[in-house]
Amino acid sequence: MATTPTSTPGPKTNRIGLQVLDYKGGKTTLCAGCGHNAISERIIDACFEMGIKPERVVKLSGIGCSSKSPAYFMNRSHSFNAVHGRMPAIATGAMLANRTLLALGVSGDGDTASIGLGQFMHLMRRNLPCVYIIEDNGVYGLTKGQFSATADLGSKLKTGVINDLPPIDTCGLAIEMGATFVGRSFSGDKRQLHAMLKAALAHNGTSMLDVISPCVTFNDHEGSTKSYKYVKEHDEPLHEVTFVPHFEDISVDYEPGSATEVTMHDGSRLMLRKLEEDYDPTDRLRAMHRLAESHDKGEVLTGVFFVAPNKPTFLELLNLVEDPLGTLPQAQVRPSRSVLETVMEELR
Amino acid sequence: MATIEVAPRESEQRQGKRPIINDFSIQVATVNGSGSQSANTVLLRSIFQMGIPVSGKNLFPSNIAGLPTWYTIRASKDGYIARKKEIDFLVAMNAETAQDDVMSLAAGAAVLYDEPLKLNGLRNDLTFYAVPYDKIVGTVCPDAKLRKLVKNMIYVGVVAFLLNIDMGEVEKALRKQFKRKQKAADLNWGAAKAGFDYAAASLTKVDPLRLERMDKTAGKIIIDGNNAAAMGAMFAGVTVFTWYPITPSSSLGESLIEYCKRFRIGPDGKATFAIVQAEDELAAIGMAIGAGWAGARSMTATAGPGISLMAEFVGLAYYAEIPVVIWDIERVGPSTGLPTRTSQGDVLFCATLSHGDTKHILLFPSSVEECFEMAFDAFDLSEQFQTPVFVLSDLDLGMNNWMAEPFDYIDRPLKRGKVLTKEDLDRMGSFARYKDVDGDGVGYRTLPGTDHPAAAYFTRGSGHNEKSQYSERPDDYQNNLDRLAKKWEVARGHVPRPVVKGEGSKVGLLSYGTSRWAIFESRDQLKKEYGLDVDYLRLKAWPFTSDVFDFIDQHERVYVVDQNRDGQLLQLLRLECSPAQIAKLRSVRHYNGLPIDARSVTDEVIIQEGHKVTRQEHATAGYSGEE
Ligand SMILES: Cc1ncc(C[n+]2csc(CCOP(=O)(O)OP(=O)(O)O)c2C)c(N)n1
Ligand code: SF4
Ligand SMILES: [Mg+2]
Repeated sequence: MATTPTSTPGPKTNRIGLQVLDYKGGKTTLCAGCGHNAISERIIDACFEMGIKPERVVKLSGIGCSSKSPAYFMNRSHSFNAVHGRMPAIATGAMLANRTLLALGVSGDGDTASIGLGQFMHLMRRNLPCVYIIEDNGVYGLTKGQFSATADLGSKLKTGVINDLPPIDTCGLAIEMGATFVGRSFSGDKRQLHAMLKAALAHNGTSMLDVISPCVTFNDHEGSTKSYKYVKEHDEPLHEVTFVPHFEDISVDYEPGSATEVTMHDGSRLMLRKLEEDYDPTDRLRAMHRLAESHDKGEVLTGVFFVAPNKPTFLELLNLVEDPLGTLPQAQVRPSRSVLETVMEELR
Repeated sequence: MATIEVAPRESEQRQGKRPIINDFSIQVATVNGSGSQSANTVLLRSIFQMGIPVSGKNLFPSNIAGLPTWYTIRASKDGYIARKKEIDFLVAMNAETAQDDVMSLAAGAAVLYDEPLKLNGLRNDLTFYAVPYDKIVGTVCPDAKLRKLVKNMIYVGVVAFLLNIDMGEVEKALRKQFKRKQKAADLNWGAAKAGFDYAAASLTKVDPLRLERMDKTAGKIIIDGNNAAAMGAMFAGVTVFTWYPITPSSSLGESLIEYCKRFRIGPDGKATFAIVQAEDELAAIGMAIGAGWAGARSMTATAGPGISLMAEFVGLAYYAEIPVVIWDIERVGPSTGLPTRTSQGDVLFCATLSHGDTKHILLFPSSVEECFEMAFDAFDLSEQFQTPVFVLSDLDLGMNNWMAEPFDYIDRPLKRGKVLTKEDLDRMGSFARYKDVDGDGVGYRTLPGTDHPAAAYFTRGSGHNEKSQYSERPDDYQNNLDRLAKKWEVARGHVPRPVVKGEGSKVGLLSYGTSRWAIFESRDQLKKEYGLDVDYLRLKAWPFTSDVFDFIDQHERVYVVDQNRDGQLLQLLRLECSPAQIAKLRSVRHYNGLPIDARSVTDEVIIQEGHKVTRQEHATAGYSGEE
């Protein structure tokens, strides 16, 4: 698996003149070594490098250790720590009120795959523009280590309890439901996660990333299939992910036929260097098939499984005015006296 | 076959009676899904167009087709539009319920029935008219498939003849009903005429009930409460509406969609609103809260079961101080309760919905006008006080047609509350989200997307300090609760004040919501029949304003009228009243799923006042001119 750290140190300031410090959050209160912390770091780097204005971002989460993490990155962005399993509704409402925002949702495997499964699926189905990150550790961290619905069959808890139910594959589900950018990564794979996060931020539509994020306190032992050791041993990247944002003029050379290139909605390029023959990330059925296959083989398949860069988003379908609905001037949202008179006449 | 089957003795008796003009109720018993709704609306509108005050109440099953349904129309020269307990004229179209319907009538009523039902043998103290609908429908509707629907319009014609409804008005109402469907209009008009002609040729009018033209509805409108609420929201600048269908609230959402599509799309074809049918009420309220947080005038509409699912989120909105408006169109019971019957059963549930210390502003519309107005009030209060606001309507108000004055255009500026802009922040440098700067308990908020490095704050539940930083410190938590309590006290001075009628009596009536109409009539009954003058306070909101406590102080006994079993408003009053005030409170409760009626209130007050009920048949109290 790829563990090479990002080689080029970021410039001191990004394209909008901010420093990486401007993307920092509060001091984490999660356990040292928790995968979620590494993901927060990657989010900071990705947003910094993409030159995303922090004021445009809304950080949204449910409840769990994972859902606490928005407090630990990007203090200059509004944030909403909502209720368990219902971040999708908050994200949807916020985007309805202000379509110019960039919604960054953080959830856990319990938050998404159990209590929030309904909202998760409907958010995917709507293709709401947002990045949806599942910090997936196979357990409920915050309630001290019970199995979640993404725990693998046969996986063992510290207490010796063995999981005898099959896992829910949130990636397969997201693709099935209609999400338009779906991938899986690992909190320990800096390079891949970094590239995938940047691509997810560039995507116009729902980007769903399931990031395996070991819980060092409750699920990092022998017998767990979400431990650092297990994931490192079983990580099976589909391809090497490289992302070139639209504002960077970088040419990446691949041997002909060795990479698939996807042009994103904003002109950015996603390059997937084939490690596996014939994988086409725009083929929905193939993606679901490959995911099912990886389960049977016991692999932890990572990479960008599916992209549909140009599907209309939920907000486009609603045909909203360009300006945020929440702050439209009164004259624009209050029909005139004559409209009331018309309606009254019809009711006489 | 021409039939008037009346027991001779009874008939003589009744013929001797003075005619009863513009003061009776008609009940139409049909099967749902049979198209009777159109026929009943035409009847209602025809009477309305004759200038006679009228109201209609639909008693329908939770079912799509094939179950019994009753529609009651009340004509009242005195303007009483509450449900009338007694039925004076029955149109019996449903074989299944016909016997019961007839047996439950008071002596002297009239029955119009479908001839094969042979109801005339059931009782000898009623007037019976039989009509062979199937024979008539065959002549006016060649298409056998449509006959079931058209059959209902025949009774409209028969009723028009028997009760003296102007056929010109029937045609006008009918053409309005089938506005865009010329063929259907013609077919139905043919049926109504056939019914009228049959009745004119074959029936002899015996009962004393008659309608005569008046001029009491000129300029008025007919509308249901949900439609009025939707219209109010549209004019009040709603920008996000998220909902999940549930009777009796669905038509609020559906009306809003129609209004917004007509009047809230700009010249460029773009919408200035977003309406989303969510996957459930957990999501509907979450979306509305997310939108309120990000600056929208956001709203949802539901009924009791939906309120249950919203509980946790509403508590979060209370503590995170996010404006959102929730319409609860109250109905009876959970799950398979009586979802199509009315009640005021959610008052206590909504008042403190969620866990921990929570209390929410409640508004109680009593009329379609107030549905319209309170749509504005609710948004203004929720944004001003950064808190969820409930509007508690009910099935009777929301889904029935009500006669009303045309709504006044509301042009006061919208109260959007304390929101800091980029320019404010440029000046101030920083802000603390939950700091009580103005001494009214309400902090300043910023909207996500505000282009200033100090604009952001972290939104979470109750565990935060003034700066919205995470805190579990006892003093931070308690200070926050105390500030929220202060905010509540300030809101007390801003919610709509009650309406008080009459003064000087020892006895007061206190009600909220739709009980208004029964009490309007009951006060007249109490005065005319028992010489009892009672004052009246009609409550519009919780928190209670000082007027409520003053009213209790000024009376020896105050009857609190609730449409629920346990006197929920009474309980709420008890929480805030002094022991001396509590001692004065009495309770009148109505909870059978039907809209409350005047007679029930009058009888209950009389019994509790220690008098004997001396009810008279057709007791008609004179019109007091006020309500
Ligand atoms: C309605 C509700 N039920 C239960 C809980 C308790 N609870 C808090 S966090 C959590 C599970 C979180 O698991 P996950 O989303 O996987 O997050 P992690 O802590 O593992 O990152 C539960 C069940 C809650 N907060 N709300
Ligand atoms: S308990 Fe697990 S998930 Fe929670 S902070 Fe600690 S390591 Fe992370
Ligand atoms: Mg977890």
